[in-house]
Amino acid sequence: MNQVAFRPSACPACDAAPAAEALAGRAALPDAKILVSVPAVHCAGCISTIERDLAKMQGVNSARLNLTLKRLSVDAKAGVEARDVIARLDRLGFEAHELDAGTLSMTETEKQGRELLMMVGVSGFAMMNIMLLSVAVWAGADGATRDMFHLISGIIAVPTVAFAGRPFFRNAWKALRAGRMDMDGPISVAILLTLFISTYETLLSGEHAYFEAVVMLIFFLLVGRYLEFRARSVARSAAQELAALEVPRATRLAGGVETVVSVADLAVGDTVLVRPGGRVPVDGLITQGQSELDRALLTGETLPVFANEGTPVSAGEVNLTGPLQIRVTAAGKDSSLHRMADLVANAESAKMRYTTIAEKAAAAYAPTIPVLSLGAFFVWFWISGGDLRLSLNIAVAALIITCPCALGLAVPAVVTAASGKLFRKGLLIKDGTALERLAEVDTVVFDKTGTLTMGVPAPTNLDRHSRDDLSVALGLAQASSHPLALALVKALSVRDVTPAQISDLSEVPGYGVEGQWQGHSVRLGRADWVGAQEGAVTAAYLAIGPRTQSFTFADQLRPGAESVVRRLQAQGKALWLISGDVPAVVGDLAQRLGIEHWQASALPAEKAAKIAELQAEGRHVLMVGDGLNDTAALSTAHVSISPASALDAARATSDMVLLSNDLSPVADAVRLSGTAMKRIRENLWQSGIYNAIFVPIALFGFATPLWAAAIMSVSSISVTLNALRLK
Amino acid sequence: MEVLAILIPVSLFLGFLGLAAFLWSLRKGQYDDPAGDSQRILDTRYDDKPKPVDEDQRG
Repeated sequence: MNQVAFRPSACPACDAAPAAEALAGRAALPDAKILVSVPAVHCAGCISTIERDLAKMQGVNSARLNLTLKRLSVDAKAGVEARDVIARLDRLGFEAHELDAGTLSMTETEKQGRELLMMVGVSGFAMMNIMLLSVAVWAGADGATRDMFHLISGIIAVPTVAFAGRPFFRNAWKALRAGRMDMDGPISVAILLTLFISTYETLLSGEHAYFEAVVMLIFFLLVGRYLEFRARSVARSAAQELAALEVPRATRLAGGVETVVSVADLAVGDTVLVRPGGRVPVDGLITQGQSELDRALLTGETLPVFANEGTPVSAGEVNLTGPLQIRVTAAGKDSSLHRMADLVANAESAKMRYTTIAEKAAAAYAPTIPVLSLGAFFVWFWISGGDLRLSLNIAVAALIITCPCALGLAVPAVVTAASGKLFRKGLLIKDGTALERLAEVDTVVFDKTGTLTMGVPAPTNLDRHSRDDLSVALGLAQASSHPLALALVKALSVRDVTPAQISDLSEVPGYGVEGQWQGHSVRLGRADWVGAQEGAVTAAYLAIGPRTQSFTFADQLRPGAESVVRRLQAQGKALWLISGDVPAVVGDLAQRLGIEHWQASALPAEKAAKIAELQAEGRHVLMVGDGLNDTAALSTAHVSISPASALDAARATSDMVLLSNDLSPVADAVRLSGTAMKRIRENLWQSGIYNAIFVPIALFGFATPLWAAAIMSVSSISVTLNALRLK
Repeated sequence: MEVLAILIPVSLFLGFLGLAAFLWSLRKGQYDDPAGDSQRILDTRYDDKPKPVDEDQRG
């Protein structure tokens, strides 16, 4: 079948160059087209709430929500950023993720889809018209009327086949040139030969013409093709839409002048500036400045680490509080990011190409069609003593009846039904074979930070502080973009705490925020800096004058984490928790969730090695992870899932992406994939049985066009209905 | 059977008309969001007058 290989590069830097160009091109446009994915929309209320609200937004020309794709497209004036739209949606209570409008515009694949749908339409209408005439012939029209009806049918059928049969001919030709044999070869032969014989019979006013069967075959096969294409293009656009807009550029400092350059242009020894909130583009050493670094995506550590002059940094870390100057020690191919990408590339090349059940069925089935019909031809040629016309007619009947109408629908119909169900639950299937591979899974490996947990700290002891202290803390926290401060602000705003008026606010990078409140100096930050006793748990410390107190934090569980663990265990899957975080935290979480096996302080290569080890034992592993440190593990595993909040490299390597924050669709997916495979097998058997019954009829020469038409429609419809039964 | 001379062209013409309508609606992007269209009918915003044509509805 026409496979379009698409595997987004696991190396973020490789994706970057075209993205940078696209970004530059877009900046020149006067109006901005913003696309965001809004996974939670589901009803008319959502549509009108969102569209009404965005219409009121400054600079927005129009907004339209596509409920099928759960995608909002906003037509806005220059200056309106996706960030603003996402913030606005967040206030409305809808979680949203930015999409890259450049890659999602009318692409080649979309055109291909429209063309395919057009072919479906043309062959559908041709089929109906020919069928109208054929019914008259079957009902007993004969003589000149029958010949005329056949002629008109032929006049409709020939151009239809020429137009709508192209995908099959093209693929067959491609396979033929490559010396392969796939399903499209026999199908093309069947279509062309039947068309030829039918035309010939019509011109000789013969009794049987198979025009309706040819067009019907094309119609049903195209429907299957279209469904398959849809599933694949949804997968592809998922990969595209999740390619984050992050462009790896760096600010180079040379002689006191800042220039923005591409990361690829950096050389060892250059000095780059990383502002708070920015991602470190290279490996290097800090030469100036102090701050805190968020390493969660690289190592899985939840807590930011303090960094000042002399601290080594790796590409991919996020600078949180103060500006940093970094001397580049490794760039491009040598950087740790690139080494991670190499790990992924190795894992991927080690993986064998997965043969799908459809391919297996086609490989078994494809040769039987020409063999049967050739056999029928020669046997009848011999029996009838050289009647070429009769033997050809029977051979063609055998050919058209054995043509696997239902087989073409058997798999795509189920896959479409299943991926539609999962999409509605918030899971996007990126890889066409992922559903099949998921059905084989018996072991599930979870990452901790960002996967089972949100990777976002939440305050745990707010009730132990007085209202005044809370408002001082809020006043101070608002001045910082440190994750703990942000978490504090978020939690306190929910409680309707009003921020205290604090003067002389300033942030000391790496330490905290300080200011003056009612004559006291107040500080919020590290224990040693505010003069407090450091506790065992993660905390931010508040000092009001000499009085100090602590706000403790804990990483929040992702919603659905508990239920997903319970449901997967109920399905009999073995669960593992492998994290780069320290043993105490990992062990605690494993115990809390009831996960039996766990491994802490795992390096990226160790994660992948563990999965390879499990697979060497004959297990099929599903890896669920989000970080850069998970990418190698994700690509090693039999099948992989990552949340939408994951780094683009992780999403690019994984087979499925969770669109919402909720983890529970993972359990649904595992269960549904099993049912889907059952349906696929049933469908394959069903279409096999139809053929087993009717092939003898054709071979004995009893088949008529009516038989062919009836078998095709009945088998195709029953296969489709069986797919829709999927729960 | 002379009636066939009229009926067949008529049925073919109607078939073509249906096909043309389908192709038109396909080009206009009417199959881009089936789920949304079935929900939008419940929306009261454009009950009195149709929504002004904008970028999204043009092909």
